[in-house]
Amino acid sequence: MDTLQYIPPSGAEFGELPLTTEELLRGYRATARARFFDERAVTLQRQGRLGVYAPYRGQEAAQVGTTLALEEGDWLVPSYRETAAAITHGLPLSQAILYWRSHPAGWRFPDDVRMLPFYIPIATQMPHAVGLAMAGRHQLAGRHQQEQPWVVLAFIGDGGTSEGDFHEALNFAAVFKAPVVFVVQNNGWAISTPTERQMANVRIVDRANGYGMHGARVDGNDLVATWVAAKEAVARARAGEGPTLLEAMTYRIAPHTTSDDPGRYRDEEESKRRAAEEPLVRLRTALRSLGVLTDEVEAQVQADLEQELKEALEVADAAPDIDPAEIVEHVYAEMGPDQRMAWEALGGR
Amino acid sequence: MAADVKVSTAETARGPITMVQAINEAMAVALERDPRVLLFGQDVGVMGGVFRASDSLQERFGEERVFDTPLAEAGIVGLGIGLALGGMRPIAEVQFAGFLYPALDQILSHLGRYRHRTRGRFSLPMVVRAPYGGGVHTPEQHADSPEAVLAHAPGIKVVIPSSPERAKGLLLAAIEDPDPVFFLEAIKLYRSERQAVPEGHYAFEIGKARVVRPGNAVSLFCYGGMVEVCMKAAEVAAREGVELEVVDLETLAPLDEATILDSVKRTGRAVIVYEAPRSGGFGAEVAARIAEEAIYHLEAPIVRVTGWDAPYPPFTSVEHYYRPDARRVLAAVRRVLE
Repeated sequence: MDTLQYIPPSGAEFGELPLTTEELLRGYRATARARFFDERAVTLQRQGRLGVYAPYRGQEAAQVGTTLALEEGDWLVPSYRETAAAITHGLPLSQAILYWRSHPAGWRFPDDVRMLPFYIPIATQMPHAVGLAMAGRHQLAGRHQQEQPWVVLAFIGDGGTSEGDFHEALNFAAVFKAPVVFVVQNNGWAISTPTERQMANVRIVDRANGYGMHGARVDGNDLVATWVAAKEAVARARAGEGPTLLEAMTYRIAPHTTSDDPGRYRDEEESKRRAAEEPLVRLRTALRSLGVLTDEVEAQVQADLEQELKEALEVADAAPDIDPAEIVEHVYAEMGPDQRMAWEALGGR
Repeated sequence: MAADVKVSTAETARGPITMVQAINEAMAVALERDPRVLLFGQDVGVMGGVFRASDSLQERFGEERVFDTPLAEAGIVGLGIGLALGGMRPIAEVQFAGFLYPALDQILSHLGRYRHRTRGRFSLPMVVRAPYGGGVHTPEQHADSPEAVLAHAPGIKVVIPSSPERAKGLLLAAIEDPDPVFFLEAIKLYRSERQAVPEGHYAFEIGKARVVRPGNAVSLFCYGGMVEVCMKAAEVAAREGVELEVVDLETLAPLDEATILDSVKRTGRAVIVYEAPRSGGFGAEVAARIAEEAIYHLEAPIVRVTGWDAPYPPFTSVEHYYRPDARRVLAAVRRVLE
């Protein structure tokens, strides 16, 4: 199994791309938007306008390309690093800002955004992705309501594949032929632990064979490769041909979170070298050489992003102060006597 | 959720049934009434479960709705969470409560937290059923009572029935509940008693304790497999003219504190009985609430009768020294009446 790549890191000397001009532009906009949000989020965090934040610099193509393969009605299941996937899938920037501000309004994703919340406990989202995918099949049978079935795109990192939940979920998905695409963003690091310390066989895609499911490995920094591979995997899932394990080879250029200092555990010269392989520059270079991307388009994209973020910040800044009584709301559908007591103690009215 | 049929004590056409049969009936009724209900776990399909709780349900409702899973408890609970997120009403069976520990991450990180962390967008109307408790000489680690761990997790309801009739009505209520419910079934009670149980659908309210035997001398607080033990103790005491009040807590979370306090304020004495290890057990919570809210009504110290602070013993010939029995309950009663 080779690593699928269409555009090499240089952004030059590539063959025909299996995407339309319209798709390439859409992909560029989404990737540039993801980069823009990440850069601004880190700045906002430094300014004290965001809480602890998990940056994804360098992983935009792995998230954006795979998410673009989803169609209306499909579900996204993220870990905590998938803000790029989330905003590509329709989560408003204001919502992402409020989430990373630890404001309860940020936790209530809009009903029309078909994604589960960000997941902190590693790999625990994986079995949920399988169940959610299987629920779609039951919905399709018309037993409950008239809905189309959905495909589920679930994200995890290389470190997460060491967890038992990863194994259990992949095994369940294969046994039940669940319509799930598991995307492993192999970014080389689980906080300070490198992939080769995490597993003896660093080719995570090899495990697909063990589970009896389809596997694919792609250059995760090549938007065209991630999108094309995910399209194929999503199509297989939709056709009832079961799950896919998609390993996207990428690199965590940034720290684990804004609280982390990678200088303590890795050679930052090596990181700089790997950073040169990042996805946005190569996509931009390639699309400019094709004439798909022009100064004019780039300027327009940048202006649109500035405007979108400005409006998102206005929305986020207008969120009401947090009422402490909210701490004990939404524990049960109806507040029990113990929550009621706490709610009153917290000044709930 | 009020009962929607009158519960009759008269025998029904099919005669009295055991608790495990009542549980089977409840699931059959739920599968029949609501196409969103699914049942799955280890060996629940063709085999009908190790205790036959799902006997013939796969045959009746098909492999899509009643199915076996791979042997993985975290996967089973996690799968159920995903199914609930997708609009289903899953019933997951964990083969023994002592085997649910691999699923604790799913339970503590997600099952009780999902509504809260999505600020009400998602609820998890899911039931996890698990046989628990000792008294039947099971192999090692088949007799655990982990209810305190579960009741400690906000957002999860914990229900433990003590009879066939209660089991059926409570399980139906649990399946229809908008929140996740852990339904712990005392292995000792699965076949120990037959009772007339209404046919068809009925549901009992979750979150209510019940006075199952009124008395004035001492309040015995218990649940699940310990209700039978306390009832026996109360019968013995009654022969000596001492009327013990037996309160079946039935729902540990949310706890019906009002019924507990009402009882102890009338009797002035409290004995709390559970078969889990003593320290940090759920009875400690009951004792704390009595101490906080009713201490001036007490005539004697609160006393617990529990399993010992050791793992449930796999040494079957001495198992009865661990699990509370009527004799130990009566010794505690004598102590609080001194």
